[in-house]
Amino acid sequence: MPTGPLIYRQKLTTRVTHWVWAVCLFFLLFSGLQIFNAHPVLHIGKEAGFDYDNAVAAFQVPGALTMPSGQSLATGRVIHFFFAWVLVGTLLVWAVASLINGHVKALIPSGADLRGLPQDVANHVRLQFHHVRQYNVLQKLAYASVLFIALPLMIATGLTMSPAFDAVAPWLLDLFGGRQTARTIHFATMLGLVGFFGIHMAMVLAAGPINELRSIVTGWYRTDAEAHDDHAA
Amino acid sequence: MITRRNMLLGGAAVSLSGCTLLDGLTGGSPLRAFLQQAEGLTMAAQRALLGDRLAPEFTEADIRQGQRPNGSTNVTSDDYVGLQQSGFAGYALQVTGLVETPLSIPYAQLTALPARTQITRHDCVEGWSCIAKWTGVPLSMILDQAKPLMTARYAVFHCFDAIEHTLSGDVLYYESIDMVDARHPQTILAWGMNDQPLPVANGAPIRLRVERQLGYKMAKYVKSIELVDSFAGLGSGRGSYWADRGYEWYAGI
Repeated sequence: MPTGPLIYRQKLTTRVTHWVWAVCLFFLLFSGLQIFNAHPVLHIGKEAGFDYDNAVAAFQVPGALTMPSGQSLATGRVIHFFFAWVLVGTLLVWAVASLINGHVKALIPSGADLRGLPQDVANHVRLQFHHVRQYNVLQKLAYASVLFIALPLMIATGLTMSPAFDAVAPWLLDLFGGRQTARTIHFATMLGLVGFFGIHMAMVLAAGPINELRSIVTGWYRTDAEAHDDHAA
Repeated sequence: MITRRNMLLGGAAVSLSGCTLLDGLTGGSPLRAFLQQAEGLTMAAQRALLGDRLAPEFTEADIRQGQRPNGSTNVTSDDYVGLQQSGFAGYALQVTGLVETPLSIPYAQLTALPARTQITRHDCVEGWSCIAKWTGVPLSMILDQAKPLMTARYAVFHCFDAIEHTLSGDVLYYESIDMVDARHPQTILAWGMNDQPLPVANGAPIRLRVERQLGYKMAKYVKSIELVDSFAGLGSGRGSYWADRGYEWYAGI
């Protein structure tokens, strides 16, 4: 357990957007699985093969993992698109605020960070965590992957499934290899985000859940005793 | 209304499973009405970006299969069967409502009008897509003949088919689009599909194509077009068979 001083580590925008995203992704995940179940097949290509086979997966998601739990495509869509808008709006607020207050830099690994990557991996494997102001390099890579790759990919592949947005930006269809491929990428990226969530929870538990939760709720984070001279961000 | 009751009963039966947080959202709950406001945001955002832009069109090589029929695939009402047996020779499209000149256009005349052919992707709300070639009369041409009044805001498509059969009679399919979509160059009354007359399963004698929206907007078995200024008096007042059942009226995703 860290015994050093409390530092103010997470800004208000970081904390608020974090929790709004958590709520959005919760509803988006389960309503998305409801929508998936209306055609529980994933294809590669421009269209869904019925007279030929371009499927890469076919399975039904159990009702326990769909929202609502009974089959209701219309309700799933109402939930999904509401939280999709909230997610997009919050990401825009976060992006503007983070560019202004320098938070973006806190997520991008430096050269020194990357040189320390093997050591950081070893630390994580041994569940040895340094409680300092800055994120460690694996944290930076994980958070940056979610915010700069996975979520934009979710939004872009989601928009590619819109017949209206395809008229606005037909190049999205070429970029992702067709509407059905975009749908498959949308699903695969969801699996990646679920994987991130699992690791995120495991790391919070391993690093000290009280301290980690306090910092993402109140902003205040207890650092290691020997680390209080660590250079401020 | 049988469908809605079944949906509620279905929801109650599985309410012991995990994701029941929003199971009460089915039906006319205020929370659902709040969440559904996102549809207005989607429509405003897309309309601001869309203008008259065309939906992507594809090539002959992209037509790799027949057009998958969905929703109603047959109509058994006496009036329709009679028309079908005559090869739709007796069919005439009615254009009524808020127009200067109500029209009745016989099938032979409709198919002889200058037509537009487009190879487009049909996106079902369920998630699948299918590419086919559609041939038909631009709706704007029909509207020009009928001359909608200034008060006309929507074109309503009344159909022969009924998905739902209740004790009080069949619930006939209907859809509506606003004048922006009605006047779009790719919005056609299709009488041909993949170089053949439109098959019954796909909505013969004519079906609507609205290429920038989802499949359920593209009414099949169109009997008449009515120009209106509001949805009052149509179904549950939400402007389409599926909108009455909780789906978006603006189906651009």
